[in-house]
Amino acid sequence: MNNTILDIQDLKVEFPINIGTVRAVDGVSLKLNQGEVMGLVGESGCGKSTLGFSILRLLRPPGRIASGRILYHGRDIVSMDEKEVLKLRGRRIAMIFQDPLTSLNPLFSIGRQFVETLQTHEKGINKKQAILQAESMLESLGISKERLQEFPHQMSGGMRQRIMIGMGLILNPDLLIADEPTTSLDVIVEAQFLDLLADLCRQYNLTIILITHNLGNVAQLADRITVMYGGTLAEVGLSGDIFHTPLHPYTQGLLASIPNIKLDQPELSPMEGSPPDLVNPPTGCVFHPRCPQVMDICTRQRPPAFQKNGHQVSCWLYR
Amino acid sequence: MAEDLITVKDLKMHFPLQKGLLDNLLAREKLFVRAVDGVSFSIKKGEVLGLVGESGSGKTTTGRMILRLLEPTSGEVFYNGRSIFSYSKSEMEKLREKMQVIFQDPYASLSPRMSIGKAISHPLKIHALYDKQEAKQVCLTIMEKVGLSPASFLYKKYPHQLSGGQRQRVVIARALVTNPDFVVADEPIAMADVSVRAMILELMVKLKKEFDLTYLFITHDLATCKYICDRLAIMYLGRIVEIGPLAEVFKNPVHPYTATLLDAVPVPDPTYKRTHPIPKGEIPSAINPPPGCCFNPRCHLAQKSCREHEPELARVGEDHFVACPVMSIKLRS
Repeated sequence: MNNTILDIQDLKVEFPINIGTVRAVDGVSLKLNQGEVMGLVGESGCGKSTLGFSILRLLRPPGRIASGRILYHGRDIVSMDEKEVLKLRGRRIAMIFQDPLTSLNPLFSIGRQFVETLQTHEKGINKKQAILQAESMLESLGISKERLQEFPHQMSGGMRQRIMIGMGLILNPDLLIADEPTTSLDVIVEAQFLDLLADLCRQYNLTIILITHNLGNVAQLADRITVMYGGTLAEVGLSGDIFHTPLHPYTQGLLASIPNIKLDQPELSPMEGSPPDLVNPPTGCVFHPRCPQVMDICTRQRPPAFQKNGHQVSCWLYR
Repeated sequence: MAEDLITVKDLKMHFPLQKGLLDNLLAREKLFVRAVDGVSFSIKKGEVLGLVGESGSGKTTTGRMILRLLEPTSGEVFYNGRSIFSYSKSEMEKLREKMQVIFQDPYASLSPRMSIGKAISHPLKIHALYDKQEAKQVCLTIMEKVGLSPASFLYKKYPHQLSGGQRQRVVIARALVTNPDFVVADEPIAMADVSVRAMILELMVKLKKEFDLTYLFITHDLATCKYICDRLAIMYLGRIVEIGPLAEVFKNPVHPYTATLLDAVPVPDPTYKRTHPIPKGEIPSAINPPPGCCFNPRCHLAQKSCREHEPELARVGEDHFVACPVMSIKLRS
């Protein structure tokens, strides 16, 4: 059966700033099974990227993990010393970012950047072996190996993003965190990239956390979906369940505001209001000021995660 | 039948590539980026035309030329039947009241040092439409109309104090304050979150009715077109490959590129399966566009003739034109 690869327990991440403390992630618990694709969805500022960064302990100061545990194969990343974390980064857990132009070094050829990645992490690998590995990686990405000589500016956006994922995968990690990998891509290139990601996932038996603000992107790829709002988990469930029978009013609102080209849906129904201020979050449920089904209890008490029809949903409606 | 507000005829924009000293000495052939290469269409009064394409297809350049923010290499743009390139400088200034623009990035298009109220009433000042008191009143009214409320409170705020959605509303208010009748909206929602996108789209539709506007809606996202556009023009490598009524293009896309674009749109439904495979490769360089039909290297229908002749737009249905001879012949038989 499924093994748990990542077990996040009651994680809290804070950013102390001059006017107070931003509670970017506020008590998130989430389990990831080996080999699954988890779509992590929410609006900007909901804490989804911060959650991704915390897993690799890449939070930029003053951001810090205030409490909680992140168990990776049973070992707690939060309490590890920096040396141990370095061993995980890249080798076991890889991360790719939204904009490949800022993540690739413009001064070095693609080949050199592959070699550097390999040699930093694997002692004793010589340049020739490294190049060979890079070539075979490029092949599985559908890029000709001649292009190793080229520099990032000579490639198109889609190709650069494929190079990024190749660099993430060359050390054979088992967990990939992809933070909005397709946001800077055009629709056709985006579709190509998501297809590639699905292939790689099978080929390398990868577990993927796919962070995105667009539910449409993850629909076909993700096995499960986590919806985040205001630093907390609103709803977690199987992809089909989330799309067909969303329970949390926020998930419902999010789905109603996404254009669906295949449906006969003459109008979108946007959600009222805007995301909460995380320095002074609303009392009770963080979503209550925007919630169409708000009840008395929502303004006073924060909802725990309830189990309902296979969903995990943090909403008093399902108590 | 409404008359045409904007007519574009064979518009071309070829940007010369910067040549180095060596190129000049050796008298190498001058290279051009054919950003827009012969585009013609018209927009009726009160209509929303969606101009759709990937990055590098020339859609933004087309929009800029229609507003005369760029002088085209050749071609004409008519506003109410008169060529805008025949307007004198002062006439053009007057015309700019009537033709406005909304840009993609509300961070870049608002001055961080100008309060919201100042930014929105700035066009009134430039065009000297009202005195100071009236201008403020007009500004407050438009702010309420775009949902920047309470207006008198937000009037004194600066862009960094607003949310992304509010900022985009400011940009919209500023475009509408001179009471234009034509607005070019260049990817107005591309930067916004999904939930904000829906709000801005709804607002644009509402304002269109209220102000009797005509839009050129430039986007790479076909899915959002569905909620605002009346007609669609699909651009590829500086040319229009298909133009027709929205419902018609969505239901019966004729050009293979249109079909591909429609197929690539992410569908928020896990059970959805694509009908065609996504073609490999990307949009080619506009410096050396492929000969013949510009889509032929990626097209699954490409024949020998596609590589030899540049296709022209041909009628395939009511108000529906396609630049693909292969499909046109198929449809006729």
